[in-house]
Amino acid sequence: MARSAATRRRRGQFVPWWFALPAIVVFAVFMIWPSIDGVILAFQEWDGVSPERVFVGFDNLKDVFSHPVAFGAVARTLLIAFALLVTRNLFGMLLALALNTRVRSRLLLRTVFFAPAVMSSVVLGYTYKYLFSPSGPVNDALAGLGVTELPNWLGDPELAIWVIILVISWQTVGSTMVIYLAGLQAVPQEVLEAASIDGAGAWRRFFNVSLPFLAPAITVNMVFTLITGLRVFDDVYVLTGGGPANQTQTISTLLVQEAFEFGNYGSAAALAVVLSLLIAVLTAVQFKFLRRQRGLS
Amino acid sequence: MTHRYTWRTGLLELGMIAAAAVFAIPFYVIINLAFQEPHSQQSAMVPTLPPNFESLGIAWGAGGLGAALLNSIVVTAVSSVIVIAEAALASYYLARATSRLSRIASVAFIGGLMLPLQLATLPLYVIVRNLGLMGTLWGLVLVYSALFLPFSIFLYTMFLRAVPIEYEESAQLDGCGPLGAFWHVVFPMLRPVTMTVLILNGIGMYNDFFTPLLYLSGSGQQTVTVAIISFVGVYVTQWPVVFAGMLLASVPVLIAFIAAQKQIISGFAGGLKG
Repeated sequence: MARSAATRRRRGQFVPWWFALPAIVVFAVFMIWPSIDGVILAFQEWDGVSPERVFVGFDNLKDVFSHPVAFGAVARTLLIAFALLVTRNLFGMLLALALNTRVRSRLLLRTVFFAPAVMSSVVLGYTYKYLFSPSGPVNDALAGLGVTELPNWLGDPELAIWVIILVISWQTVGSTMVIYLAGLQAVPQEVLEAASIDGAGAWRRFFNVSLPFLAPAITVNMVFTLITGLRVFDDVYVLTGGGPANQTQTISTLLVQEAFEFGNYGSAAALAVVLSLLIAVLTAVQFKFLRRQRGLS
Repeated sequence: MTHRYTWRTGLLELGMIAAAAVFAIPFYVIINLAFQEPHSQQSAMVPTLPPNFESLGIAWGAGGLGAALLNSIVVTAVSSVIVIAEAALASYYLARATSRLSRIASVAFIGGLMLPLQLATLPLYVIVRNLGLMGTLWGLVLVYSALFLPFSIFLYTMFLRAVPIEYEESAQLDGCGPLGAFWHVVFPMLRPVTMTVLILNGIGMYNDFFTPLLYLSGSGQQTVTVAIISFVGVYVTQWPVVFAGMLLASVPVLIAFIAAQKQIISGFAGGLKG
């Protein structure tokens, strides 16, 4: 221990502080400061051009919760995030478990399920827009099955949000799967075999042996899914543009519209603050909850 | 955990292949449509035989797309080099130094992983505008050089903490200065992480849509993701041309995926595992 402390001191002396300077300056000027200014802006009214930024207190933030479109966007963003938590983790875990067996084509299958994660969401978004268009392949298939009232998937405010959730789940389930696969490698084979010999079925082996080892992977997947879900922008922009009648608007798409179409920078900044608070609070809750789960198991 | 290939494994295999086939339908549609002739009304599901290259020709010749492809590649390459230089140097300091500055900076960068870009977006937009970089590729490079730092620094510091200090010490004894030791000893050791950072950041930058949409739209300069939007607008009545264009736009990232698949997947799993 004493040696390692001495070593650490020597390390500190050898690397000069200015090695970190470029990164610190760039990050402070182009991320930290704009973020702080973004919080300030949430309490002001500004059109983005005029030199005056007028202080309005909590008005912008109140608007987020009293204006039906803004409130709808916040609620819908939460719906998307929670739906993704379920789909990505459920299917990601199932895929990982299935690919962690002796299945011969597992490398090819892993490639197929992961592939969407490296593609542009704009390309994939348009592909789904085509698939789900009123006379697209999905409705063709339904017509072939004898369905007479074909849905207008993306034009129907009730349905569009579920198509969006489907597309994002499809696109990102591979990344969840890969992290679960990495987690499954930490499960010791001997313990699984011993449990098997003792007569534990697949369910018991999974819940009593594998699951505790998967705890770190679950935490990472939960936290990253939540953050991606809350930030969602590309897929909504491409698939529906927030329509029909603002019924698929999310925090990010509404933020862009408020600032760059309507020139309400203050309202847009208030939405960004709400988004950041949601991420901070929900991530903290998740960490706490998941840590307690791990403590029990 | 049976160690033989039983009939149950075979059943599972069949089920998985069926699931993968359904899962891959969108990819089939992209490729299949790209090889239909431009005005074809044929179903996207019927295989296009023999393949027709007219749509790909139109998409390739359509002015905006080729230039946008080049822009995306240039921005990705330049930003990647800048981020790697910044992140590798900073991580070396953060992993080795014990000063207060180092601790504060570490916390700030890790916190940056959770910071939504949306919070900084509006003030950053004004900064880029005031610098006169709106509508230029430099504006984008500038934003990326900050945006991709936290993740890169995270990966580098994790790796560096596990690297013994003796290598640098011997370099020091041989008369290397800090920069010399970094360049000749530390940076070469970091190569596996550098590859991972390069690939993951590269895919992220190439596919990014939010940033170029705000900083480039309306200007002559475009990146691929933004160009696709207007491309679809122009060819909306000719879906095969739209898909041919989108296929061409995906080629660089698909080549990267095929070439470095193992690294991408393990980098993804390892990087997030933390």
